[in-house]
Amino acid sequence: MSSDSIALNPAVESTRPIGDRLHDWVTTVDHKKLGIMYILYALVFLVIGGIEATIMRIQLIVPHNHFVSPQVFNEMFTMHGTTMIFFVAMPIMFGFANYLLPLMIGARDMAFPRLNAWSFWLAAFGGLLLYFSFIGGNGLYGAGGAPDVGWFAYAPLTARVFSIGHSTDFWTLGLLVSGIGSIGTAANIVATVLCMRCPGMTLGKMPLLAWMNLVMAALVLLAISPLTAAQIMLSLDRYLGAHFFDTQAGGSAVIWMHFFWIFGHPEVYVLVIPAFAFASEIIPVFSRKPIFGYPVMVAATVAIGFVSFTVWAHHMFTVGMNSYANSFFTISTMIVGVPTGIKIFNWIGTMWGGKIQFKTPMLFCIGFLFQFLIAGLTGIMLAVAPFDWQLGNSYFVVAHFHYVIVGAILFALFGAFYYWFPKMSGRMYNETLGKWHFWWFLIGFHLTFDFMHIPGLLGMPRRIYTYEPGRGWDIWNLIITVGVFFQAAGILVFVCNLLWSRIRGPVCTSDPWDAWTLEWSTSSPPPEYNFPTIPIVKSRRPLWDIKHPEDPDWKYE
Amino acid sequence: MTGKKITRRRGVSDREIIPGGSKIVGIGLLVAGCALAASLCFGAPANPSPPNMFRPVSTPADQVFHISIFVLIITALIFAVVFCLLVYSLVKFRQKSDDDGREPPPVYGSNQVELAWTVLPILIVLVLFLATARVIHSVEDAPKPPAAIEVIAIGHQFWWEFRYPALGIVTANELHVPVSDPAHPTPTFIELHSADTDHSFWVPRLAGKTDLIPNRTNNMWIDPHEVGIYVGQCAQYCGTQHAKMLLRVYVDTKEQFRQWAQEEAQPARAGDAVSEGRRVFETTACINCHAISGTVADGQFGPDLTHLMSRETIASGAALNTPENLRLWIHDPEAIKPGSLMPAMQLSDQDLDAVIAYLETLR
Amino acid sequence: MSSPSLTVSSLESAWILPSRGRVGMLCLIAAESAMFTIFLVAYIFYIGKSQSGPTPKNVLEVPIFATICLLSSSLTIHFAVVALRNAKSSLFAIWWFVTMALGAIFLVETGREWHHLIFENGLTISSNLFGTTYYSLVGLHAFHVTVGLIGLAIGMILALLGKVKQEHNERADVFSLYWHFVDVVWIAVFTVVYVIGR
Repeated sequence: MSSDSIALNPAVESTRPIGDRLHDWVTTVDHKKLGIMYILYALVFLVIGGIEATIMRIQLIVPHNHFVSPQVFNEMFTMHGTTMIFFVAMPIMFGFANYLLPLMIGARDMAFPRLNAWSFWLAAFGGLLLYFSFIGGNGLYGAGGAPDVGWFAYAPLTARVFSIGHSTDFWTLGLLVSGIGSIGTAANIVATVLCMRCPGMTLGKMPLLAWMNLVMAALVLLAISPLTAAQIMLSLDRYLGAHFFDTQAGGSAVIWMHFFWIFGHPEVYVLVIPAFAFASEIIPVFSRKPIFGYPVMVAATVAIGFVSFTVWAHHMFTVGMNSYANSFFTISTMIVGVPTGIKIFNWIGTMWGGKIQFKTPMLFCIGFLFQFLIAGLTGIMLAVAPFDWQLGNSYFVVAHFHYVIVGAILFALFGAFYYWFPKMSGRMYNETLGKWHFWWFLIGFHLTFDFMHIPGLLGMPRRIYTYEPGRGWDIWNLIITVGVFFQAAGILVFVCNLLWSRIRGPVCTSDPWDAWTLEWSTSSPPPEYNFPTIPIVKSRRPLWDIKHPEDPDWKYE
Repeated sequence: MTGKKITRRRGVSDREIIPGGSKIVGIGLLVAGCALAASLCFGAPANPSPPNMFRPVSTPADQVFHISIFVLIITALIFAVVFCLLVYSLVKFRQKSDDDGREPPPVYGSNQVELAWTVLPILIVLVLFLATARVIHSVEDAPKPPAAIEVIAIGHQFWWEFRYPALGIVTANELHVPVSDPAHPTPTFIELHSADTDHSFWVPRLAGKTDLIPNRTNNMWIDPHEVGIYVGQCAQYCGTQHAKMLLRVYVDTKEQFRQWAQEEAQPARAGDAVSEGRRVFETTACINCHAISGTVADGQFGPDLTHLMSRETIASGAALNTPENLRLWIHDPEAIKPGSLMPAMQLSDQDLDAVIAYLETLR
Repeated sequence: MSSPSLTVSSLESAWILPSRGRVGMLCLIAAESAMFTIFLVAYIFYIGKSQSGPTPKNVLEVPIFATICLLSSSLTIHFAVVALRNAKSSLFAIWWFVTMALGAIFLVETGREWHHLIFENGLTISSNLFGTTYYSLVGLHAFHVTVGLIGLAIGMILALLGKVKQEHNERADVFSLYWHFVDVVWIAVFTVVYVIGR
């Protein structure tokens, strides 16, 4: 029974058989449902990836620990990295983009709803394929084996001779499949933003979230294919006797690194630019001021997009490139820090002169600002190639990128969760629990990742299942592991808050935050068709114009 | 470290120089106890200094140290400024409890401010880049003086092979180099190769890390000006036992180095007392992987054992070089380094004892 | 709060945005271009680095005929789209068929070239670096031609069933973008493999 054409009456809705409702979700092409599925899928993998991290940290709490074997540890860091990047961060960003973009640009759905569904299921299948390796990774004859080659799978460790069995192939195929899904979603996002905006919403009037997802999608289109290409080459090497990365036949191990990082570096911007988008929507609302410097924010984002393709070999400073190459990648990496820094200044400029409300979404965005500042600065340190010769492949790098991914991206994501949860579910979350989540997680995050810089500075490499005592690393590893449990407590509070509020939270209005973008003009949750009539806008803050007809934005923009 | 063979006894410090009778008993007990502990946890030997990049003893590490301090200062300043702006705005512009509910005046941007905070970072980047480029060039493009010691390092899963072609030496895992006097430098230039997957040579107090990549030759150099033992380890994930591919660099005085090199260049000298052990070694699979110069053993897959007893550790630093550990290593390598490529040799106890006795003579 | 009225004013000019199909296809083309770029880079990087086995100079023959066929098929598909835009369905079907035929000829020629290379020159994907990069690059392109041919075949069937009308000319145009892309890639592959690499 299809219920796609009229708004659903909640009372009737909850009496429909569960089979029908599940069927709706499985066959849906509605961007809102698909967005929520992406987000829930990512949350499940967030917990799984977190467990993998916890296992590693317990193994490393003291030197020469025997909590897990080296083989298991190596599988853990490979799966943790692969899961978090490809099956947590990317799906969750796609999920939010899917949910929010049509609502924010005044459209009824994404440009290609069926492509949307296909992309989601491909991405989901990729994750399941990767995790099947725990059962089937060594082929018919062995027991299971997850990939243990690291999330960037350097050659020739991934060759048949060094990676026996099929664990590497699960890595390759799982990511290949979900990569195709990602390209589908990216094309969908570009087409939606360029072709589906409501009348009056020129590119200069659309929300920054739309701009940033546009740049993110462009990056995905150009960056995922190099990874796909490299994975095809790897599979040809492993199964058809090709020699792309076969050093015995004259092949090059370094060319895998180049191909991987040409994907890998823009990929991290794919993850962080949507986080910028969240901050750019949330900070203005909770400072009660429009974003400071909208055109500069757009220009900076586009600049970051372009420059991000010129920095990849800063992951390869220790590979033995000549001094000219190392110098080039040093300066390009430093340059990408300039537009990034400009954005931080613009966010501060937004808060300046405002009236800051410390609700949970804003707390997380403030955390994002502090932590992204530090992450960017440690990035500048790593950009200095000689410093990277010491710090590269050490726990300093691990600390740096977790500062970006957890400290900046995940914090902004939590902010986005709390900000849009009322819209998506129709209920308000519990503010007290939200603050508990924030403080527990903040303490845990800093315990773990602040102190993680130190063993890196003292010579501790990454990807080691144990370490020698007496090198000055012991106490720091202990503190790092303790922090994990605070973070887990925060996540537990978060999940409880979401579940409880979803079921029992107070019903909320369409615009609980007194915000200004189009999604807040729909009911919470929005009807299937989003808008009864397509809106027409005249400024960047259409709802401000309506609420303040005597002083609309379009007079000043 | 002196030129004569060191017998590093567990639990005994360098200051113990008079082995009196009672001391021998005590030491024996200590050794037994510690051997047991060692077979469980292979504790770190005394004396090597922690791998702290902020205490460099060699020019490349020195130069990296200086540029690092420069970068740290600049980033600390940037952090301080932005942090204060952030805190100030959060405090000054928070919504007060007596708020009148009116929206604050909207400010959409400011071209002058945007220009300022674009130009200033670009200038900082320029300064930082110029300082960095100098160091990159100075370390990477340093010319090799004629007095340099040349070493070829070959990375294996999971051990280090070191060859000194000019001196006719092949050894493993523990690198000896002469101290370099800044007035008349005798640096060591290391050419890096790999026999299998990627590895990385990292001894922080001596230099930044450089990778060992198959089918590629990389180069690095060190000129340590302080005698001592410097530790490091492989810094590029290379497989199961990446974590225990440890590095020890012995910076010797010129005289110590000369003596060590002379000893290492000699073929193995074994007496008749261990001919049984030698027979076992040469007739089992040992010689497929290991080489002992002056004998029929010329395997290339595993470390050269000609002067095994001149090394303080075995299994690339995973365990101290004691007879008990050696026995355990040959009998059950998984107990020391699970996943290493050394097979359990399946020798009978008698054969094992004989082989150990033989190996113990390879000084 | 009820949905506020946003349909307040009328706009000065008509609101026209790019077509979704065209933008979507261009996105796909961008992604595929990135993929081909990587295979081209690998090919160029490994020129002259094979340690043994057949070399390009020895075994490669320039596929002039196949290239002419493929490149002219871009012209014929353009004629087909123009014909459809002018409501000439049968002319469209004829040019569409010619495009298909030219594409099929290209694939057959590639197959013949490969047969010769494998059975007479002993060049396979595992022979050496040249074999590896050659078969993967040309093969990836041939795969894309095959996918295009399948699309053309579907269009042909629909045309023969009389279902293709003037209002579909936009869709045919979007599809032709893909076909043009396949041709442009061939120009790049041809230049790298048969001109630079020999």
